[in-house]
Amino acid sequence: MNGSRIRPVIIKEFRQIRRDRRTLGVLVLVPAFLLIMYGYALNLDVQHMPTGVYDADRTPASRAFIERFFTSETSEFFYRSHTVTHPSEIETLLMSGEAALVLVVPAGFSETRRRGERPQVQVLVDGVMSSTASTAIGYVEGVFRQETIEILQRQYGRNASLPVVFEPRVWYNPEMRSALFLIPGLIAFILMIITVVATSLSIVRERELGSMEQLMVSPLTPGEMILGKLTPYALISMAATVLVLAAGGLLFDMPMRGSYALLALATFIYLLGALGLGLVVSTMVKSQEVAFLLASLITLLPTFILSGFVFPISNMPVVIQAVTYVVPARYFLTMLRGIMLKGVGLEAFGRELFLLTVFAGAMLGIGALRLKKILG
Amino acid sequence: MRSVLNIVVKELLQLRRDPVRLRLMLVLPVIQLILLGYAANLDVKKIPLIVHDADRSAAGRDLTGRFLASGYFELRGFAEGPDEVDRAVSRGSASLALVIPRGFGSDLLARRPASLQVIADGSDATFAGRGLNYAGMIVREFSTDVVLRRTTLEPAGVDARIRVWYNPELDSRWFLVPGILALVLMVVSLIGTAMTLVREKEIGTMEQLIVTPIRPVHLILGKLIPNAGIGMFVISVVLILVHLLFRIPIEGSLTLLLGLSFVFLVSMQGIGLFVSTASRTQQQAMMSAIFFVMLPMLLLSGFVFPIENMPEVIQGITYIIPLRYYFVILRGILLKGAGMAVLWDESLALTVCAVAAVGLSVWRLRKRTR
Repeated sequence: MNGSRIRPVIIKEFRQIRRDRRTLGVLVLVPAFLLIMYGYALNLDVQHMPTGVYDADRTPASRAFIERFFTSETSEFFYRSHTVTHPSEIETLLMSGEAALVLVVPAGFSETRRRGERPQVQVLVDGVMSSTASTAIGYVEGVFRQETIEILQRQYGRNASLPVVFEPRVWYNPEMRSALFLIPGLIAFILMIITVVATSLSIVRERELGSMEQLMVSPLTPGEMILGKLTPYALISMAATVLVLAAGGLLFDMPMRGSYALLALATFIYLLGALGLGLVVSTMVKSQEVAFLLASLITLLPTFILSGFVFPISNMPVVIQAVTYVVPARYFLTMLRGIMLKGVGLEAFGRELFLLTVFAGAMLGIGALRLKKILG
Repeated sequence: MRSVLNIVVKELLQLRRDPVRLRLMLVLPVIQLILLGYAANLDVKKIPLIVHDADRSAAGRDLTGRFLASGYFELRGFAEGPDEVDRAVSRGSASLALVIPRGFGSDLLARRPASLQVIADGSDATFAGRGLNYAGMIVREFSTDVVLRRTTLEPAGVDARIRVWYNPELDSRWFLVPGILALVLMVVSLIGTAMTLVREKEIGTMEQLIVTPIRPVHLILGKLIPNAGIGMFVISVVLILVHLLFRIPIEGSLTLLLGLSFVFLVSMQGIGLFVSTASRTQQQAMMSAIFFVMLPMLLLSGFVFPIENMPEVIQGITYIIPLRYYFVILRGILLKGAGMAVLWDESLALTVCAVAAVGLSVWRLRKRTR
């Protein structure tokens, strides 16, 4: 390694980036912008489900039962979107997605009740969005059960009061704010993409535009060249990271319970891994178009789906779980959540940090080897 | 018409000369669909659970048994004390902890309110939210059973007959896999088009195209047709996989689905070409395609994040995202057997998107060539 030989490459690379203001702006500012926009936009809570009501009984008793779904406590989950007057309308409502569920109170509801029997009420649920549907079913069952308890209490008094006091406690995120777990995921996702996008064209562009020959005749070793090429991008992505983390902390009240030094270390290694991945892509292909193809196919959807961002890794089939080990965002996400939300340190994610380091080393190594082959 | 054909032939020749690109465009979507289709799963069934039973009573064992028999939880062990619970949750080896305090059983027998703790790791909201939901259901059921045993054998209340339509097993793959299909299609069609024109610009062959008597409309059509062909081939293969491998039903009309998929492909390629005409370098084109097209499509189209939950301003943006309409169409035809009668407004909106995108790129190109 020779510092005086690397410097000109860094300066040249910086000049090139600076000349293309739009690219520089995108690389530094867009990550924070994306985080802010998606941080506000995305939300996984199940709330305000449009509910259709078909009351074939039309008695005070049936109306009172239906009202239980739209009281001040349950209105957070259900709102009465449609009043169905004929059963044929139900299918259209569910098929078009205008209603997520439909309550059907059959004729004879209050009559059955007066006889002292249990009437039936049908609940039709659109199961397509299965996660929303199963949460909805939970709420629906809660409403039914609550009524049973209240009837028993009227008959038997205190003996029928609920015997178990259920105390749910959520650690690290007591209000269950979606933002607190989505933001670390978004950070890992956005940084991976911006970094790979920035570097995956770096080498192949010179090849395609014909300036590679100039580099070939220069006395630089592949290692020096990589260092020269990657340093500016590393600095730019560090700047972007600082903005992203600041936006997360200031706008979304992300707690910071762990150590800043660990956060910086983990982020740095993650960025190195992403830069290395971009470099490998760039040295493997012959045109920018294919680089773009490869970069987006290996980063965009895999980082989103295989990192544990929304889909729990432990839910995946074993083979797919094995694949997630080569998705660096997986490790970074565990560490981000650990450091920011839980305030834990290396004792909890030492393995993740180690594997991430291995990934970064492997990518940079493969990149250097490929580059050596191109130059030689 | 002849000039369109010439460009198509030229594009195909170029594609044949670059077999890597062709292979990637045909094979990668299939691999991605299989890999991601198996990975994407929101059925929370094996939530890692740790149990701390300080009471060791029959009632406590009954409750623990109900948790384990529900099928939602996977027992990671019994904790000896609160410290162990603490460690398991903070290290992430358990997402949910059931803590039965001393006196739980005797409180129940003496008809005093008995307390019960459930701790969830809120840093993983999928597990925490669903876990608490399931825990609440189990505890409520347990409570109701205790009350019923104390009071009456006559059942009171109302029978809930819950029926789930379109996805009776509530399998999350049924809505995620069609989503992934659409996303893979989106990525392939954007990649195929976003770099084409800007590449000619950067390499310098654009001048040649400009001095030839080709009209912008013909140029755009010539670029679109081969890519749409590849896209239709990919979607046919991928649909077969979705049906055979993931056992996702095709309830509605296949012809309608293929027709609307074609409109979707054209809209995506139109957007790709627009990006291409609006960029100066391939790098700019790539960034615009990823940050201003693919990310919004991925996150704002209703793939996993419900559109109804978004702030109104963002909901407004989603109306110009073709994928939003295609998702409704895809899930509607595949799972619900919906036809044009239900899907006409989405189909219309998708068509408007396609025409607008292609029109915009022709307009941009005409401005450039002048």
